[in-house]
Amino acid sequence: MSQTIESFKLLLENAFSEPLTYLEASQLLTIKVQENQLFATLKTLKETLKFDALIDHAGVDWPNENKIELIYILFSTHHNQQIMVSADIDRNQPTPPSVSSLWAIAEWQEREVFDLLGVTYKNHPDLRRLFLEDNWVGSPLRKDYKDDFILERPW
Amino acid sequence: MVTLNDRISCHTPNQDGTTTQEYFINMGPQHPSTHGVLRLILKMDGETVNDIIPVLGYIHRGIEKKAEAVGYRQQVHLTDRLDYLCALMNNWAVSAAIEKALNLEVNDRIQTVRTIIAELQRIQSHQLWWGVFGMDLGAFTPFLYGFRDREKITEIFEKTMGARLTMNYFQPGGMMYDIHPDFVKDIKEFIKYFRPILKEYEDLFSGNIIVQERLKNVGIIDAQTALAYGATGPVLRASGMPLDLRKMQPYGAYSKVNFTVPVGTVGDSWDRYQVRIQEMYQSLLIIEQLIDNIPDGPHMTMKYAAKIKPPAGRYYTQMETARGIFGTFFVSDGNDRPYRMHFRTPNFNNLWSILKMAPGGRVADLVAILSSIDLVVPDMDR
Repeated sequence: MSQTIESFKLLLENAFSEPLTYLEASQLLTIKVQENQLFATLKTLKETLKFDALIDHAGVDWPNENKIELIYILFSTHHNQQIMVSADIDRNQPTPPSVSSLWAIAEWQEREVFDLLGVTYKNHPDLRRLFLEDNWVGSPLRKDYKDDFILERPW
Repeated sequence: MVTLNDRISCHTPNQDGTTTQEYFINMGPQHPSTHGVLRLILKMDGETVNDIIPVLGYIHRGIEKKAEAVGYRQQVHLTDRLDYLCALMNNWAVSAAIEKALNLEVNDRIQTVRTIIAELQRIQSHQLWWGVFGMDLGAFTPFLYGFRDREKITEIFEKTMGARLTMNYFQPGGMMYDIHPDFVKDIKEFIKYFRPILKEYEDLFSGNIIVQERLKNVGIIDAQTALAYGATGPVLRASGMPLDLRKMQPYGAYSKVNFTVPVGTVGDSWDRYQVRIQEMYQSLLIIEQLIDNIPDGPHMTMKYAAKIKPPAGRYYTQMETARGIFGTFFVSDGNDRPYRMHFRTPNFNNLWSILKMAPGGRVADLVAILSSIDLVVPDMDR
């Protein structure tokens, strides 16, 4: 059931018309996509390559490069393969497309990212804070987040 | 696309042309059957649950933010506080993630002991689930049985690790200390004791006609829906999808042992119950195959260093805990603290499948369904 990475890469490249960009600094096989290609890529991965599970979705804040990196970790029960998709979006106006129409679980994983990183997804059915109170100010997982309760390390 | 506004509209036409006024009630955050502080807003039509809006965050501690402030060796201590019933498996998952990032191979002794302990904890976790499952359905006896037998495993852990709930035992590179001299003897005694008891569990509970009526054909979900709604672990396997990372991507000593992955057929609460009971038998089998030949060797393969600095990059490692896939994703920038740490917790993702299981049933069915998913709330809220 499980294939080698090389034969899987071949399968992957055949499914896409344009050449893929791989991200080297990653343990999993990772493809890097532009924000405007994000939804189309994930749709192809789901429908053509049968990545039927969105295992995880998270965001990473990179204030120096003024970007937020979105991470999608997909799993295919057909190929027993995992793949990571990484997309950089603008940090000031983070409006990527929602993928909740592809995998239902994305609805809540995206709500978590919205709550903690302030990413406002387009076409999301119910974008509210998930963990924090509704009147909370700011996005705690951003690197420049400050509030009255944070203790700074003295060293 | 169904938005929240659609979901909170209270007038749903019935099939016979009449319209009934629906109403909302709160279940939780202080409700015995939610096992913690989970709040569900139920949209009811008479006695029937039509929709559920879960509200999380009552025990959100910002563990991912905290993880950015502490070193890699300290991450282990944060993971205990997620799913406290699978503390050791979480410890293992995060230790393995750091080991992989450092390209560190641990020896066979560590792998074998970790596997034995993880399977013991799987039994322990399922025992507690079985106990509270009975209590949620209105039977008090299973709770006492479950806790009586859980205590035996807790004592084995206490002898080796000195702690009963948050063990912090597995470390990046190995274990904090070696196993207790009585470890093997105690486990053998436990297996001898527990196998007939497990049969008794089934006689006492599974065969009961009230239990069967409460569980069969309640909360049915098919495998593809469950997967799309993020379910993994016993919840998904009960729907017939044999997704078990111990088999599909073996880690630890799982490639050396023979065991089967129990799967259900219907995907109802009864199947989820059966899958967990069968998993306990399989865990006993796995431990039996490993306990007699624990290889010799040191319990730590890494020189103690306060600062661990994985090379810059993104890392993801996942493992099968008692409730599903626990994933550790972290980004390193080459420093001694992670740039970003994210935990993919099984309960957070398992919860949402109730949106497909519960509608159409009664509140009492919802209690049975919630219990059959086996939720641990601190793991959800992080």
